[in-house]
Amino acid sequence: MRVIDTKKITSSIITLIERASFEAPDEVLERFTSLRDAEEDETARATMEIILENAKIARRERLPLCQDCGSVVVFAEMGQDLRLEGAPFVEAVNEGIRKAYEMFYLRKSIVADPLRRENTGTNAPGFIHVDIIPGDVLTLTVMLKGGGSENMSSLKMFNPTASIDEIIDYIAAAVVDAGPNPCPPIFLSVGLGGTADAAMLNAKKAVLRGIGTRHPDPFYADLEDRIMERLNGSGVSGPGPLGFGGKATAAGVFVLTAPTHIASLPVALNMQCHSFRCEREAL
Amino acid sequence: MNWKQLQTPLDDSALETMRAGERYLISGVLYTARDRAHRRIADIVETGGPLPFDMKGALIYYAGPSPAPPGKAAGSAGPTTSTRMDPFTETMLRLGVKGFIGKGKRGTSVRSLLGEYRAVYFATYGGAGAYLSTRIVAAEPVAFLDLGPEAVYRYEVREFPVIVVNDIYNGDMYESVLRRK
Repeated sequence: MRVIDTKKITSSIITLIERASFEAPDEVLERFTSLRDAEEDETARATMEIILENAKIARRERLPLCQDCGSVVVFAEMGQDLRLEGAPFVEAVNEGIRKAYEMFYLRKSIVADPLRRENTGTNAPGFIHVDIIPGDVLTLTVMLKGGGSENMSSLKMFNPTASIDEIIDYIAAAVVDAGPNPCPPIFLSVGLGGTADAAMLNAKKAVLRGIGTRHPDPFYADLEDRIMERLNGSGVSGPGPLGFGGKATAAGVFVLTAPTHIASLPVALNMQCHSFRCEREAL
Repeated sequence: MNWKQLQTPLDDSALETMRAGERYLISGVLYTARDRAHRRIADIVETGGPLPFDMKGALIYYAGPSPAPPGKAAGSAGPTTSTRMDPFTETMLRLGVKGFIGKGKRGTSVRSLLGEYRAVYFATYGGAGAYLSTRIVAAEPVAFLDLGPEAVYRYEVREFPVIVVNDIYNGDMYESVLRRK
């Protein structure tokens, strides 16, 4: 049986947080470049240009892409033929968070209690989701999630007989109402089906499919296109980049579905700001 | 792109000429304050006591920067969502604050307060904290250091870019964007 010392998990978390904080992924920058080029409005072009310039400065000057260095959301896919050795898994992850946020001058944004609100001073704990999968590999995905975009999350339990148009209307209204707050162009992540909690988690996971990818199921690829058209299409009065006007309200739409109850049709939305910070490593 | 220069402190004659949608490059002094700094200032006003900085004509920046790395004046320093500070805005206006910088829409009550007290709300570039950091030439902690990222900092800025969202005439840039098409 393959054995991994959890010290490796700590060092991997540190590396992933560092990369995510300072280096915008190439596919995100390519997407923004094409969105900039598609803008006719001068304000929108200039806004996209500043977002691109921000990424260059962050990389060069080692300044975080955003001062909201996020909640650390960790998705772990753990091969079931693998054994961990050393400090407990959750402690190893949190140790990585504590070290990274201190070492790289990242903002510590976590309070220990939702009502009493004392800052933990370390940005730990992280929010950890574990899936057990076949094999003997551990894959860690770190997502740094800003508060402004997270606050625009929503969940609606539709009737199972609701039409696709009603669902699209709900999604489009949520994005337009959010306006500038989640820092568009956003990566809109949609969880469809499941239970309420599963839909919300899928709404966070959907974007992990990869920027620039299409849904493997043509039915849902088409749904994603329709949502995108509603948000960015010509003649649509969307907020545009940072809500300052223009076409690019969304930079991508990602749907993740799950089986669901005969009485239910949960629709969960999670918005990723333009500062998409997500990194992955297999151990 | 048409940028106008603006120097702090703000006076009424400058505010009277500003219209929603106009762009300015601000040079001078900003004070950072977000949720808990506002709560503390409101508590001081209620119980009496010295205010942490001179608010007359001041410009408040709704921001909680990342720590400054060695050799830099400030860390990443973009705006936070302004509407969370709506409940405290009248208190700040009564103390003489003349402008606010943040991101996102304000409530309708804030818009009428801005007209009443003659003050302006600006947006800057959300999620461009590294870019905005390069416009900060000096930073000094001023108050509430126990709040960590929510402490008040005095920033000296050069050509800090903002857009007028709400002018003193009830204009709203975000709304006119949605009406435009």
